[in-house]
Amino acid sequence: MSSKEISVALVGNPNTGKSTLFNALTGLRQKVGNYPGVTVARKSGRCDCGDGLKVELVDLPGLYSLAAASPDEQVVTDVLLGSLEGSHQPDAIVVVLDATNILRNLFLASQLAELNLPLALVLNQADIAHKQGLKIDTELLSQRLGGVPVVLTSAWKGEGISAVRRAIAEALNKKTKMTRLTWPSQVESALNTIVQTIEKDTGKAPSAADVQRILFSSNTHTSDRLGWSHSHRDAVVRQARDQVRAAGYNPLAAEPLIHYAHLRKVLEGVTVGGNGKQGNAAALDKVLLNRVVGPILFIGIMLGLFASVFWLAKFPMQWIQAGVDFLKAIVAPALAGTPMLQSLVTDGIIAGVGAFLVFLPQILILFLFVGILEDSGYMARAAFIMDRLFSWCGLNGKSFVPLLSGFACAIPGLLSTRTIEDPKARLATAFAVPFMSCSARFPVYALMCAAFIGPLYGPGWESVVMVGMHCVGLIFAVPTAFVLTRFVLKVKPQPFVLELPRYQMPKPRDVIWRMWQNAAEFISKAGTVIFAITIIIWALCYFPRDAQMSDRIKASEPTLSEHELQARTQAAMIEQSWMGRFGKAVQPVFDPCGFDWKITVGVLASFPAREVIVSTLGVTYSIGKGAEADSEHLRTAMQEAKWTDGPRKSTPIFSLAAVLALMVFFALCSQCGATIATLAQETGGWKWAAISFFYMTILAWVMAVVVYQVVIRLT
Amino acid sequence: MTPLSQLLPGQFGKLVSLNPDQAVDQRLMALGLLPGMALKLVRRAPLGDPLAIEFGGQVVSLRLAEAESLIVDVAADCPVQRPKNTP
Repeated sequence: MSSKEISVALVGNPNTGKSTLFNALTGLRQKVGNYPGVTVARKSGRCDCGDGLKVELVDLPGLYSLAAASPDEQVVTDVLLGSLEGSHQPDAIVVVLDATNILRNLFLASQLAELNLPLALVLNQADIAHKQGLKIDTELLSQRLGGVPVVLTSAWKGEGISAVRRAIAEALNKKTKMTRLTWPSQVESALNTIVQTIEKDTGKAPSAADVQRILFSSNTHTSDRLGWSHSHRDAVVRQARDQVRAAGYNPLAAEPLIHYAHLRKVLEGVTVGGNGKQGNAAALDKVLLNRVVGPILFIGIMLGLFASVFWLAKFPMQWIQAGVDFLKAIVAPALAGTPMLQSLVTDGIIAGVGAFLVFLPQILILFLFVGILEDSGYMARAAFIMDRLFSWCGLNGKSFVPLLSGFACAIPGLLSTRTIEDPKARLATAFAVPFMSCSARFPVYALMCAAFIGPLYGPGWESVVMVGMHCVGLIFAVPTAFVLTRFVLKVKPQPFVLELPRYQMPKPRDVIWRMWQNAAEFISKAGTVIFAITIIIWALCYFPRDAQMSDRIKASEPTLSEHELQARTQAAMIEQSWMGRFGKAVQPVFDPCGFDWKITVGVLASFPAREVIVSTLGVTYSIGKGAEADSEHLRTAMQEAKWTDGPRKSTPIFSLAAVLALMVFFALCSQCGATIATLAQETGGWKWAAISFFYMTILAWVMAVVVYQVVIRLT
Repeated sequence: MTPLSQLLPGQFGKLVSLNPDQAVDQRLMALGLLPGMALKLVRRAPLGDPLAIEFGGQVVSLRLAEAESLIVDVAADCPVQRPKNTP
C-alpha cells in the first residue's frame, strides 16, 4: 500500500451485509493480512469510484460502538483514530447500516461523526426494508445529517453498488461531514475541561473523539495513548464526570442516552411504516430454537458438518496422498544416481508440500459449512443453544464448532476459532482444540488395540479402550480451559451479548471467497512452517549416512533375502541417525513410561505429525517403510519384542501398561507441527503455541508415567 | 419491578434500570436498550440459559448471570415498540 493511496474504511454493525457489500465493491481484488501485532484480520481491496478515482477500501470488523469493549474492537477504534502503528487514518468512512433498523445502526455513525472525517451512509438490505413496508426518505436523512451522501442498497442482490461508488467519490471530493450532535451544556463543559487540561499537560490539543473516549469509557486506553498520564489525570476525569452527573446522566450511560435522544429526533419523519419485526426470524426460531426440535436439528446439522469434515474430506485427502506418491514415484528414478538428493526431494520436499496440502480438503469443507452457518444466521442460534454447556468453563456457545471439528483435525478447528468474538474465549478454545482426539491419533489406537488389547482381552475391551482414548483429551481440555480463563488469562471476559440476526440465504460468492481466503492464509503462513519442520525431521532421520551399512549387514548375515536386507538396513540406518542417537540418549526420560529406544525414536520422529509413529515403528522394527496400522508383520514384531537388558530383561516391551501409557501419551501430546504453526498464526505469535506445546507434552509424559506405573503394579 | 430473569417467555416489560458499570449493560445500551425501552422475553435456550430478548426490532441473546442488573416493570400487554424519549 503506497502512502499516497486514498484509503476509505468500511465500518458498520455486525449483520449488516457489510462483507457482501465489500466483495461487491472490490470485485474480489482483495488482500488479506493482519494488523501488526494483533490477530484482527485486515481485509482491503481496490474500489473503482468512477472518473479515474481508485481508492483502497478497508473492511473493518463489525462493531456496535466506539466505546471499545474487546481488544478486537479496540483495533477498529484505533484504526479509525489513526492511532494504530503501521496504519494511517482513513481519508473517508463509509458506514454500512441495516435499513430495517436505522436507529440502532445510526448510533455508531453518530459516534463516527465525532471523528470529523468525510463520511457517507449506506442503508443496506433495502429490499428487506421494502418488503416490511418501511419507507425511507434518504434525502431528508441526508439533509438532517448535514448533507452526507445517503444511499439505499441491496448488496445481496447487487443493487445500488454504483450508487455507493458515487457516494464514496462525493464524500471524498466534497468532504461531506456528518452533523455532530450538540452536547448538553454541562457535558460540553466537562469535555472542554479535559481538552484544556490535556492541551496544557501535553502541549497538544486532543481530538473531540479522543476526549469523548476519555470521559465516557471506563478504561484509560485513550489517555495512555495520548501520553496524558499526569498525576492529576484521574482527579480531572472524576471532576468532569461529576459535571456530567450534575446534568442528570450517569457518565457511563451518558453517551448512548444523548446520542439516541438526538437520533430519534433526526429520524422523525425519515422512516414511515414498517412493522419493526425480524421478518422470518420469529417463525423460524419457533422451530429451530424449540426446546425439543431445536436440539435435535442442531445435532443433525452438526453431525452433517462432522461427517463431512471427517469422512467426506478423506477422498480428496487420498487423492492428494496419491498425487504425492505418484510424484515421488516419477521423481525417484530420475534421481537414483544421487541417493541423498533422491531422499531429500521425495521424503523431504515432496512429502513436506504434501504435509500441508493434505489439510486443504478439511479446511475448505469446514469453512464451507462455517460460511453457510454464519451467513444464514444459524451460527448465532447454534451458540445460543450450546452456550450453557460451555459458559461454566469460560468458553462460550461459539466454541462448539471448533471443538467438534477438532475431533476430525485440529487445523480447521483452530482456524474456525476466529468466529468467536470474545478474545479470551477464543484463545481458550484454541488452546483446547488440540486436545480433541483427531483422526491422526486413530491409527495409533487402532494399532495398539488390534495388536494387544483385542488378542488379550477380546473385542469388547478393544472398543472400550477405543472410546476411552477418544475421551482422554476432552477430560483434560475442559479443566485446562477452566483454569486458563479463570486464573491465567488476565483479559477482562466479554459479556456474551449476541444478536440473533434475521435468517438469510447465504451468497455463494461470499462463502466460496471466505473458504479460499482461509485456505490461502493457511498455506502462506502455517504451510511454510510445516514444510520447514518436515525438512528438518527428514534431515535428522537421514544423517549421518553410512554407505557401507548394507554391505556390512550382508557380510554378517549372507542368508537374508533382498527385502529383509533392505528392512534391516533401514532399521540400522535410523538407529545410527541423529534421530536414532537422540532417541537412545533420551530413552531414560521415557523409561518410566515403559518406552524402549525404538518407541522413543518413534515418539520423537512423530512430533511433526503423530501418524508417522506407525511407519517409524515399521522401520525401527525392521518391517520396512510404509507399514500400516493393520500390518500383520508389524503387529507380530511388536508382540514378540522383548527388553534385552535391565531389570525387565526378556519381558515383553509392549505390556498392557506400556500399551496404555503409549496411547495416553499420544492422546495428550502435542505431536503436530501443523497445529503448532496454526496456533501461532491464530494467536498472533509463538508465545501461546510454545505454551501449548510444552503444556501438552509435559502433561502427556506425566500421565503416561502415571498410567504405566499404576498399571504395571496392578498386573 | 422485577429482574429481567424473572420474566416468562412471551412476557413484555419496560426497562426501569440497568447498571452502566457493567460491560453487558454498556453493550446493551449501545444496542439501544435504555431505561424506558419496551422489551419482550422471547424465549430461553433449551438448557434454560441464555435468554433471548427482543427490543427495538432486534433479538439479542444474553446470559442469565449477566442479566441480573436489568430491572424491568412487567406490563400485561405492553407491545414492543420504539420507546418514548428518555433523558
